Amino acid sequence: MTEVSASPHSASLLVQDAHTKKRNAAEARFRLYGAIAVGISVLCLVFLLVSIARNGAGAFLQTFVTLEVTLDEAKLDKKGNRDPADLAKVSTFGYAPLIKTAMNTVIEAEGIEIDGLKKPEALISKEAAAQLRNFVLANPEVIGETHEFLFLASGRIDGYFKGRVTLESAGLDSKITPEQLLLADALKDAGALETRFNWGFITSPDASENRPEASGLGVAILGSFYMMLVVLALSLPIGVAASIYLEEFAPKNWFTDLVEVNISNLAAVPSIVFGILGLAIFINFAGLPQSAPIVGGLVLTLMTLPTIIIATRAALKAVPPSIREAALGVGASRMQTVTHHVLPLAMPGILTGTIIGLAQALGETAPLLLIGMVAFVREYPGAPPEGFFDPASALPVQIFNWTQRADPAFVERASGAIIVLLLFLLIMNTLAIILRRRFERRW
Amino acid sequence: MPVLWLILIVTAIAVVGYGLGRSRAMASADGDSRKLHSLPGFYGLNVALTVLTPAFGLLAVWLIIQPVWIDRQVSSTLPDSAISEGSSRGLIMSDVRRVAEGLEVLDRPTSSETIDESYLSDLKSDLGSVGIALGSDIKAEVYHAARDYRAALAKSGLWMTMAVIAAALGGFAVSFIVTDRDFRARNTVERGILIVLVAAASIAVLTTLGVILSMLFETRSFFEAHPWTDFFFGLKWAPDFRGDSELAILPLLWGTLYISFIALLVSVPIGLFAAIYLSEYASKRVRTFAKPAIELLAGIPTIVYGLFALITVGPLLRDYFALPMGLGESASSVATAGLVMGIMLIPFVSSLSDDIINAVPQAMRDGSYGLGATQSETIRQVIIPAALPGIVGAVLLAASRAIGETMIVVLGAGAAAAQFDRGLGDLVNPFQAMTTVTVKIVSQLTGDTDFASPETLVAFALGLSLFVMTLGLNVLALWIVRRYREQYE
Repeated sequence: MTEVSASPHSASLLVQDAHTKKRNAAEARFRLYGAIAVGISVLCLVFLLVSIARNGAGAFLQTFVTLEVTLDEAKLDKKGNRDPADLAKVSTFGYAPLIKTAMNTVIEAEGIEIDGLKKPEALISKEAAAQLRNFVLANPEVIGETHEFLFLASGRIDGYFKGRVTLESAGLDSKITPEQLLLADALKDAGALETRFNWGFITSPDASENRPEASGLGVAILGSFYMMLVVLALSLPIGVAASIYLEEFAPKNWFTDLVEVNISNLAAVPSIVFGILGLAIFINFAGLPQSAPIVGGLVLTLMTLPTIIIATRAALKAVPPSIREAALGVGASRMQTVTHHVLPLAMPGILTGTIIGLAQALGETAPLLLIGMVAFVREYPGAPPEGFFDPASALPVQIFNWTQRADPAFVERASGAIIVLLLFLLIMNTLAIILRRRFERRW
Repeated sequence: MPVLWLILIVTAIAVVGYGLGRSRAMASADGDSRKLHSLPGFYGLNVALTVLTPAFGLLAVWLIIQPVWIDRQVSSTLPDSAISEGSSRGLIMSDVRRVAEGLEVLDRPTSSETIDESYLSDLKSDLGSVGIALGSDIKAEVYHAARDYRAALAKSGLWMTMAVIAAALGGFAVSFIVTDRDFRARNTVERGILIVLVAAASIAVLTTLGVILSMLFETRSFFEAHPWTDFFFGLKWAPDFRGDSELAILPLLWGTLYISFIALLVSVPIGLFAAIYLSEYASKRVRTFAKPAIELLAGIPTIVYGLFALITVGPLLRDYFALPMGLGESASSVATAGLVMGIMLIPFVSSLSDDIINAVPQAMRDGSYGLGATQSETIRQVIIPAALPGIVGAVLLAASRAIGETMIVVLGAGAAAAQFDRGLGDLVNPFQAMTTVTVKIVSQLTGDTDFASPETLVAFALGLSLFVMTLGLNVLALWIVRRYREQYE
């Protein structure tokens, strides 16, 4: 368009001259760049989700072994008096031989013969002995009987059926031998070994480095839930109160300006800085316990507040002034105008903003690392309100924790945990969208 | 939980007060609410609020001051002989608190028994059985201090209960007496509510203050233990928990800036072009599908991106680029973290640019079309120049995000600091593992930390530097964006 003189009037409008062709090509190219950019963004999203889903889907399935275990009285209760104190003295090491015997019985019964097979009990998770012990301590009357149990298979065997472990890799592995894998195949054919949905992944607590098969998200989900309760209970009232003041009452002065500047800056402060704040103030200064959901909740509240305040102010602003004027006109005070008319009308917008803020807080990891949420926690936190002060984990931190462990089975666990986390986020965001669609009013 | 009971009692007084205040007001108006100054509910609310505010205020102040005060009291009775070599008063006091807590759980009598070695070792195992494990044996002095502590706590708790209930009842009495038909109850209640609203709004200011002060104090003690010139101008990051470590910010800053640069290199062109395409070219069908998809990227938590970098992008880059080119064998690298962070920032850049492009008045577009310009010529020569300040602001905001991002670099960038003495080739190699400021804040503050050593305290200095950097970028960006918006309003 710059060189008007370059195209003389000789050519027909139907025939493009060189200059027009060039300009049209530039137009097409530019358009293509834009389409490519959009394509790349969408591809990245798809690639990300597919990669997580492919790595993580396996975590929901787990290999189990069914065994008939004879609960030998001579080993578990030598005195024969069923005294709980005496029973409790038998540690998990006392139960391991029972599983070994049961394993050998199955191999004999099914007539499985594998050359060079040693330690067939390595197929069973180390968690099995603890499971057996808990069962016996809870039901002492079963001692001496034979019961059928469903045990977790060890992480390597589970990996074998998910394609992570092969006969070649087992040859180099100190935790499993190729013969044991062959035994697993034989047991599967015999029906004693099966892969099924693993509720334990969602309900059980974390497990130690050596038993990835037993680790679960129970404590983390509960901890995250407690933190969200704290965040909701604090950030919603504080955020709404602050927004009402700023939007409806605040005079234009230096204090209001200060608050406004602070809110917009807090929204952009890196999240890790809030972790430092939590560590310095809530833990070192106020003496609150480490790894507790209450501290996590307080830190996340401070982080979520700007989001909720910004959303609430937008919702309040969207209520037309005529509503306020009508209320004031019939004699309501300014406070009555707000509480009786403006706030109820703005409520859907406020709730939507709150849910989005909560979703953000649920996925936040960095500040929680600093307040000690990375600790290894196996005990479920108690019921509220004391439970808020018990050590707990949180979903995103549990994911981080698993990525730091050596066993490759934990990578699958971490990806599985991400699927759970994304599912929660999806539910929350869908809820927010439904709320907005259902109750939003256009004035 | 006595505090919970106390809260319930005060709340009950407030509820009863509401009813009594309301009925007293009605009685003073002979049962005709038209004779009252305010609606009857306001008289009740006034009584309830006058009960709650002083009682809860007192409770909060007491709960904050009590532990500090008792700590000081008990600590001053603790003889110096109780503090063994290599320990400190603070550590002994934490033992004292735990023993006191254990005595409470075990519900031991407060009267004195004979204290000897065997009693204390029994006590230690008893404490262990209720989940309080102590590192060393309990000394007689510690035991006595713990008993004092427990007694002081019980006494303080009793006083607190009485004081709070007295405050609640006092509030009730005062407000109940002033209640009559001419009392301006609504005005009083609304003033009270307004104060609550102002307090809520000031929390934002308090948070900022808390952030700055907490980091400032610890940074000061860091600079007392470690020269500040070494921190800002040193060239080596080599923490050593035996002491004598070199803690300089420059190697970390190099990693941070390099990774952020790559992230911006990825996100700015893609985000900008995506925004242009979606706002100027895309058909409605494409927009309804692509826009939420890009926004979805913004809703994904950073830990997910971190894992994506760790298990997918990192190995991919290593196997297809770094190893064939002989540039490195590490899966975690500057390129991995930068690329993934770039993906994370795409929606951020594109939604900001989208706002800015839409803010350019339609008249400017129409003028350009009227002169015969094509769409792309209009965008390149009219819209982008007009929107440039806003776009620069958006890029600065994205840069501030990138600098402060933690999880992606923790999982994707590695833990080794840049080494300036290895030469430029190593420094600019994008397939080299390199650590950042945020990674080191995490690694110095997690695990067993000792808040007296410079190796831990350096995290606060790093945090403060990070805060100042991002704050500067944000303020600059917001200023540019605001100035630009005003131009067309």
